[in-house]
Amino acid sequence: MAYIPHTDADIRAMLDVIGARSTEELFDEIPAHLKIKALEGVPAALSEMQITRLMNERACADGRALNFIGAGAYEHYIPAPVWAIATRGEFYSAYTPYQAEASQGTLQLIYEFQTMMAALTGMEVSNASMYDGASALAEASLMAVRAHRNSQSKRILVPRTLNPTYLKVARAIAGNQNIVFVEADFDRATGCMMPQSLQTHEGQDFAALVLQQPNFFGNLEDVRALTDWAHRQNMLVIAVVNPTSLALLEAPGRWGESGADIVCGEGQPLGVPLSSGGPYFGFMTTRMQLVRQMPGRVVGRTLDAEGRPGFTLTLQAREQHIRRTKATSNICTNQGLLVTAATIYMTLMGAEGLARVAAASLQRTQDLVTALTRIKGVRAAFNSPRFHEAVLQLDRPVAPVLAELAQRGVIGGLDISAQFPELGHALLVCATETKSQDDIDAYANLLRDVRGAA
Amino acid sequence: MNELKAREPVIFDLSQPGRNAAAQMVASVPGDAQIPQSLRRGSPPLLPQVSELQAVRHFTRLSQLNFSIDTHFYPLGSCTMKYNPKACNSLAMLPEFLGRHPLGPETHGQGFLACMYELQDMLKEVTGMQAVSLTPMAGAQGEFAGVAMIRAYHRAQGDLARNEIIVPEAAHGTNPATATMCGCKVREVPCDANGDVDIDALKAAVGPQTAGIMLTNPSTLGVFERKILQVRQIVQDAGGLLYYDGANLNAILGKVRPGDMGFDVIHMNLHKTFSTPHGGGGPGSGAVGVSKRLAPFMPIPVVYKEGGRYRWAAEADLPQSIGRLSGFMGNAGVNLRAYVYMRMLGREGMVRVAEFAALNANYLLARLRDAGYDPAYPERRASHEFIITLKRQNREYQITAMDVAKRLLDHGFHAPTTYFPLLVPECLLIEPTETEAKEDLDGFVEAMIDILREAEHDPEKLRTAPHTMPLRRLDDVRAARQLDLTWKPAA
Repeated sequence: MAYIPHTDADIRAMLDVIGARSTEELFDEIPAHLKIKALEGVPAALSEMQITRLMNERACADGRALNFIGAGAYEHYIPAPVWAIATRGEFYSAYTPYQAEASQGTLQLIYEFQTMMAALTGMEVSNASMYDGASALAEASLMAVRAHRNSQSKRILVPRTLNPTYLKVARAIAGNQNIVFVEADFDRATGCMMPQSLQTHEGQDFAALVLQQPNFFGNLEDVRALTDWAHRQNMLVIAVVNPTSLALLEAPGRWGESGADIVCGEGQPLGVPLSSGGPYFGFMTTRMQLVRQMPGRVVGRTLDAEGRPGFTLTLQAREQHIRRTKATSNICTNQGLLVTAATIYMTLMGAEGLARVAAASLQRTQDLVTALTRIKGVRAAFNSPRFHEAVLQLDRPVAPVLAELAQRGVIGGLDISAQFPELGHALLVCATETKSQDDIDAYANLLRDVRGAA
Repeated sequence: MNELKAREPVIFDLSQPGRNAAAQMVASVPGDAQIPQSLRRGSPPLLPQVSELQAVRHFTRLSQLNFSIDTHFYPLGSCTMKYNPKACNSLAMLPEFLGRHPLGPETHGQGFLACMYELQDMLKEVTGMQAVSLTPMAGAQGEFAGVAMIRAYHRAQGDLARNEIIVPEAAHGTNPATATMCGCKVREVPCDANGDVDIDALKAAVGPQTAGIMLTNPSTLGVFERKILQVRQIVQDAGGLLYYDGANLNAILGKVRPGDMGFDVIHMNLHKTFSTPHGGGGPGSGAVGVSKRLAPFMPIPVVYKEGGRYRWAAEADLPQSIGRLSGFMGNAGVNLRAYVYMRMLGREGMVRVAEFAALNANYLLARLRDAGYDPAYPERRASHEFIITLKRQNREYQITAMDVAKRLLDHGFHAPTTYFPLLVPECLLIEPTETEAKEDLDGFVEAMIDILREAEHDPEKLRTAPHTMPLRRLDDVRAARQLDLTWKPAA
């Protein structure tokens, strides 16, 4: 039997010690009529060789098309050491570091991760990670409502330039605690929030303003002016940021006069593969003065009984196993394995390597936009500076074009026409440092073909 | 004994300006010139500056400061630290699976979607539920989905008063915290002396305000809830729904199914029962199974099969859904690992899991009892785990459960769960899992015998344990009072 090591002699000896005649007797406290005899609906067991063949067949069927979708998950090159080390059994098969003395590896790594995330975002403290970027925003919204000293408001102001799925997730999670998300519209020409577009919300009572930089369209918001506007309105600022972009873009902790209050986002770009959407990790950083309102695990450095520095889980009085109904969140785990990968990734890249990845991605997207907008009937939707994503407008419905491209081996972007009808036939595209000029030319030629054939 | 390495400097202390992992540097391009000066970063972030070898050596050494399943017996109660088969990882990390964008077309994901669809089906079969959603990203998020569905169901019935969730006092902390996250009130009910729910207290607790009950079975006390059908009847008669916390599903896999017991919703910790890695504290995956009446409320997306093709079902298919809980579809790669594990166990292996988990737990319980340790529930069978209480040793030798836990580290065993559940004084919650061989269990018993002898003759040795780890006991009070959460350059 797969992974059960017992010999017949073991079973007999163990039952003797227990004083039971059979293993079945160990279940004599379960009402007999509830017991099942078999699980016929589960297929017969496969050997490792057989399942290896099946999974390879399925993986090959999915293939490796050239991908130009971003929209919250970005295809970056991952250095070989990242997963070679992250999947070492000592990281992969350990659990939450409850026994600090036997878990210093995981604990110190999280402390290093916290330091790196705080540095990237320009904040004082970081937690040990959340589930993903979208759920981190939900938790950040709950935190903002808890943390706001001068407002009892449960309303959060959200620009429509935020990733629409993030808003859905925030509503699904925080909505149960009567948090209300109010949407604010964006400027059609720039694809950004304009401070004047927020004027209708002046004087209203909101706990926080959410600012995504770069925004869902890839455009760069004027985060300085928006942060200062929000603070004048007595709102906290929740920044949702792409960690790669922070190698080049101003850290949220330095936005405007006094910086964002809570920073969160999707950590996937930092060494985590696309992998159909997960596992990824969310990150969250904040000011020291809000640390006790922050959800999730936190590691601190302290001293052992002989005065040597070491690491341990701390501030546990916020967490569910101590506070139960009064906890800051029901979150129990973090995304430890992904944090391990991200910490190794950030170490290998350093500030210089990360800045190069960011600059190359930005340049590649610019090249892609240039190549595609040379095609008749394709134009850029906005005139703002952007990071590594852009909205294009086509002169025809996007879905059939994408389907045709996909058949010919190019995944050409994300159709956002249904989510943003005001943008017409809108296509969100992304190119990272992984795309060569040949890749971009191949896409452009194929798109020209597809349009010509239609 | 243990083989942990000496302490390792913080990575920033190894850093030198001007150094980098040169092979990882992509060509420098002037792309950043397109960013307006006003939005550019003022100074570069403080990240390490080390060579690739320095990085590899540092993180490899850090790994060697951990206990793990691959290196040590890890009987952490309620966490089901069973072997994580290597093939589950390598097959989930095939390049095509890793490279697939979550929003890529279904035409280019039929292989992946087939795995997810079949995983949904297998989980339905082993739990006896009617439908499964794989999107919750951890057990606690599965709990959230479950309670949110219960709330949504009552609302859809027009029954707005039902906002109270009943939780036995032995429950894991996530249960009450989840109910709060869902905007519900929590009412705790006590357990009787034998670890079953106090039926009279339950009867008094239910009413028109009852949304449902969250029940872990076997409970966190390590025993099967024998009055489960009575509990069901009382809650159902009061109009409440039944939530099965599947944290301990390993104890009943192949023996009894929550769906057959009349439960409306269950969450499963795929990282426990279905052996996906714990990863130093995650990722988990908290799939939920539901009864027919809760199926319309499942979190999205889920996978449908139509005419031999697989597709995502989302808002348009499930308009009453409680919504999305993640940016894409949850921890897809974790679910792939669970899929591989379940296919390798198959129907033959699946019905053996609980049997051998129970055999190992009851054997360890019997041997520890013979060695002089006190079971918290001596009249009861162990499920897949059991509780030892050190109340007597605490009185006689002034040693605590934590002392024993720390001394076990010196013997090369990860400690059991300590001080949980909270209602048993000085407790150790011990879960060996089915993948441990008899010799390893015997080794653990020998260590526990040594420790008991030491408690009598040299209790100070326990109070000051561990002695062979890279560090002695850490000062948690200092950690919380003098917060040091990030490395800072020397002034």
